[in-house]
Amino acid sequence: MPVNPEIQGRQYPPTPPYLVGREKVREFARAVQAEHPLHHDVDAARAAGHADVIAPPTFPIVIQQLTWNQLLDDPAAGIVLERIVHGDQRFTATRAIVAGDELTGQLTVTRVRSLGGNDMVTCETRVTDAAGEHVVTATSSLVVAGEPA
Amino acid sequence: MSALIGLEVGQVVERDIALSRESLVRYAGASGDFNPIHYRDDVAASVGLPGVLAHGMLTMGVAVQPVVDWAGPERVLDYQVRFTRPVVVDPETGAALHVVAKVGQLGEGTARIDLTVTSAEQTVLGKAQVVVKTDG
Repeated sequence: MPVNPEIQGRQYPPTPPYLVGREKVREFARAVQAEHPLHHDVDAARAAGHADVIAPPTFPIVIQQLTWNQLLDDPAAGIVLERIVHGDQRFTATRAIVAGDELTGQLTVTRVRSLGGNDMVTCETRVTDAAGEHVVTATSSLVVAGEPA
Repeated sequence: MSALIGLEVGQVVERDIALSRESLVRYAGASGDFNPIHYRDDVAASVGLPGVLAHGMLTMGVAVQPVVDWAGPERVLDYQVRFTRPVVVDPETGAALHVVAKVGQLGEGTARIDLTVTSAEQTVLGKAQVVVKTDG
């Protein structure tokens, strides 16, 4: 089944709040070889004016993946995990994510188009904090391979 | 927080980054992306891949680190990449990435840093750009 073009414009419900843990920030930072003290050292982060350690710039992918799961779980969308290739990715931030943040992501499918037998799905996840303020928007293009004939 | 001063277009920072199978398992756990093409040779082969691949998001995540170390993580306002070529990670020798971060453009209180990321002499990311805040 190809990707359903009617999902263009569809918005999924906001994900339940994700509490950003200090050790999760450190774990993610180690995984992307991020050694800056603001990711690891609470005293250094506080001295720089942050409430706690701050997350690497690509950490919002953790929240975005939760919203991708909604898309994959939607039988009407016709998107199968095994057929997805990540085409591009962008993060546009208002502020850095800080340990202690409670984040919610809301995904909107902004575009669906066919491209030589494949489908390109562009989606945008808007990440907000407990106060409802914008933190970062994660935008991705997913290339969904067509089924073999 | 002091401003970044004295930046000039064309300034360059370079870094070599090593990825191993352990890096992939570590990233899978930290990120929650457990797609088996990133740790199982048999699954990678079954879908026609030349080997186990690094997560695109791992490559994106490590490639920005020279900029983060230089500017500070809280100054990264915008970061985008295109995934143009997969990075195959050999079970024994891993994969080597080379990052060149170059000041591409200076704006009002911001700078655009252009990243060139290569593995085995081939570019693996396209349009890899970081916008950092330079004032305040």
